[in-house]
Amino acid sequence: MQEHDLSFVRVEMALAQSAPPSERGLGAWIRKNLIASAGDTILTIIGIVLVAMILPQLISWAFINAQWTGTDRTFCATVAQGGIQPDGWSGACWAFVNAKFGQFMFGRYPIDERWRPILVAILFVAFLVPLLIPKVPRKGLNAILFFGALPIFAFILLVGGVFGLPHVETSLWGGLLVTLSLSFVGIAVSLPLGIVLALGRRSKMPIVKMLCVIFIETVRGIPLITVLFMASVMLPLFLPAGVSFDKFLRALIGVSLFAAAYMAEVVRGGLQAIPKGQYEGADSLGLGYWQKMGLIVLPQALKLVIPGIVNTFIGMFKDTSLVSIISMFDLLGVVKQNFSDANWATPQTARSGLVFAAFVFWLFCFGMSRYSMFTERRLDTSYKR
Amino acid sequence: MASQEILREEPSRGSFINDPKVRGIFFQAVVVIVLVALVWWIVQNTIDNLTRLRIASGFGFLRGRAGFDISDSAIAYSSDSTYGRAIVVGFINTLIVAGAGIITATIIGFILGIGRLSHNWLIRKICMVYVEVFRNIPPLLVIFFWYSGVLSVLPPPRESINLPFGSFLNQRGFYFLRPIWGEGSWLILVALLLGIAMAWFVARKARQRQMATGQQFPVFWTSAALITGLPLLAYALSGFPLSFDYPKQSTFNLTGGFQVKPEFLSLYLALSFYTAAFIAEIVRAGIMGVSKGQTEAAGALGLRPGSILRLVVIPQAMRIVIPPLTSQYLNLTKNSSLAIAIGYPDLTATTGTVLNQTGQAIECVLIMMVVYLALSLLTSAIMNVVNARMALVER
Repeated sequence: MQEHDLSFVRVEMALAQSAPPSERGLGAWIRKNLIASAGDTILTIIGIVLVAMILPQLISWAFINAQWTGTDRTFCATVAQGGIQPDGWSGACWAFVNAKFGQFMFGRYPIDERWRPILVAILFVAFLVPLLIPKVPRKGLNAILFFGALPIFAFILLVGGVFGLPHVETSLWGGLLVTLSLSFVGIAVSLPLGIVLALGRRSKMPIVKMLCVIFIETVRGIPLITVLFMASVMLPLFLPAGVSFDKFLRALIGVSLFAAAYMAEVVRGGLQAIPKGQYEGADSLGLGYWQKMGLIVLPQALKLVIPGIVNTFIGMFKDTSLVSIISMFDLLGVVKQNFSDANWATPQTARSGLVFAAFVFWLFCFGMSRYSMFTERRLDTSYKR
Repeated sequence: MASQEILREEPSRGSFINDPKVRGIFFQAVVVIVLVALVWWIVQNTIDNLTRLRIASGFGFLRGRAGFDISDSAIAYSSDSTYGRAIVVGFINTLIVAGAGIITATIIGFILGIGRLSHNWLIRKICMVYVEVFRNIPPLLVIFFWYSGVLSVLPPPRESINLPFGSFLNQRGFYFLRPIWGEGSWLILVALLLGIAMAWFVARKARQRQMATGQQFPVFWTSAALITGLPLLAYALSGFPLSFDYPKQSTFNLTGGFQVKPEFLSLYLALSFYTAAFIAEIVRAGIMGVSKGQTEAAGALGLRPGSILRLVVIPQAMRIVIPPLTSQYLNLTKNSSLAIAIGYPDLTATTGTVLNQTGQAIECVLIMMVVYLALSLLTSAIMNVVNARMALVER
């Protein structure tokens, strides 16, 4: 029997060693992410070629060769086309965007009255930003101001005709003003309407359910243009002679109804995802239908489908561009209308105007999708599946 | 004793108006009455308006002479044809552009979706930028960009851009060679169909044999040989009946060949590029939805990476992908109605022209609605069949 005291127990921890050189720094990153294997290397080369083909051209077109200032088409045309640029020049004509900027924003809204949409825009931002930042207090008051007071105030200010403000016809409205007001009203109408339709579709009353299903499926099955056509050519037929709707209002109705059908399906998805126990629990507490839905089910359901709701908003924001087809001038419509301005007709005009419009649309849509991701993460506390 | 008596008692009823059944019937009755009144009011107004405007309702106008030209037509059409035929031409154009767009968007979308999951940083970022750019721009703007921004500023026909295979690109569209099928070329078609049938048969037999004996058969190469070899053989046997009509440059225009108009080209490209961004996201979600354990388990069974992808990951991913993919296909079909903005004569555009000429608003809008609804239902029906076959994999 021999005592084992050969055992060795290390008391201090070994110092952490830095990673081997082959796993560190830029070289390792490149090895791992760009040239991990032969196939990967080929893909990287293809990618580099693609970027090298597109990016320098894009940058030189949009910035280096671009014409930023100018008063007419000669600034954006080559010598052969009757302008001042050297032959073979290809650059963005930002001068065109610059000269037409007011129109792109307000359409044909009278220049003396443009302070009105600007004031509305300032108020819109002033009420919206605190609503979007979670830390700012008094959300209830803010929401009432934003969804209740602001639309009324904006309506009075934009349309005019009272308090000594000259009346501005909606046919004079245009540009981003139309795009934003269509989307804002569309969002404000389609969400509650969509919720009602979704509840109707899950209702136990057969007739209500059937009507909701027919409405939702029909609208979802046809293109928005058909709905807009219907709003612009069939609505006048449906009304008594002499009664006519404003064209803007007709487009508004069409867009809102269209978005409501899509919204209904999104909300229905959320309603179906709520476990049955929640409905039964609400029943057993003795809550009535509207209490059950308003206090228990909808808050959970809507939280679940925030991404879907924002997606529908984004879709609707993009879809407002379609009103240009029924000869209304939203941002895209105004940009397109200005292509035919002989004073600015060059091969670069259309491209520059469209890229500008695309950038504006992109900014709004991208902002919305990023904000929805942020909200999703923030509310993601209870229902992690 | 006392408790039994209580149980036997009738359940206490509240007031009559609190009974949910009675309430339900009451509300539905109200809805029906309001609806009927509204419809009756609308119908009355419509009849009044129509008599005032002297428009005869009914579909008789479809037999009238159209009197307008259609630039792109797959079937014989002239301005002497009927309104009905004009609408059919538009319908066929919608089918063509939607079908072509769906195929291209699927291919680009799958490449992008797989690219977004690549190990390669550069490829991942390129695909991400593409998706984020195109998802956030209205499709109509993309169409205008191709049409006014790219295709209409191409050089005139005299300075056409030469492309491979004798094709040209200029302001008036894309020209490529048109095959001329000579006498006896039906043999090639028959051979092709025969090749496909035999390939299918071989694949079936090979699968049965693998199930029974475990021996594999090179199905892919055999099918490829059958499907390409048989038509080539027929081509040689029937005396090389195929020749090509090349587009040729003359002083002012290109003659011969097959012309694809810029309207079609820009609509097709825009729809494909726009929808591809959405399909890419769907494919990415589908592949990410297959848990990593599946891939690892397949690896542990000794499958090669290619087989893992083909036999384990893709069948499961497809189950997640198909339902949203269907709705993207439907979206593309509906977005093809934007053709009206650039003057491509699709269903909406031709029906809109008919509407403007005849004033038959209700009938024309009804035709549009019914056709798009039917297309939607048909597409969902086909995709449901595909979906059912995919879902069978589940045990």
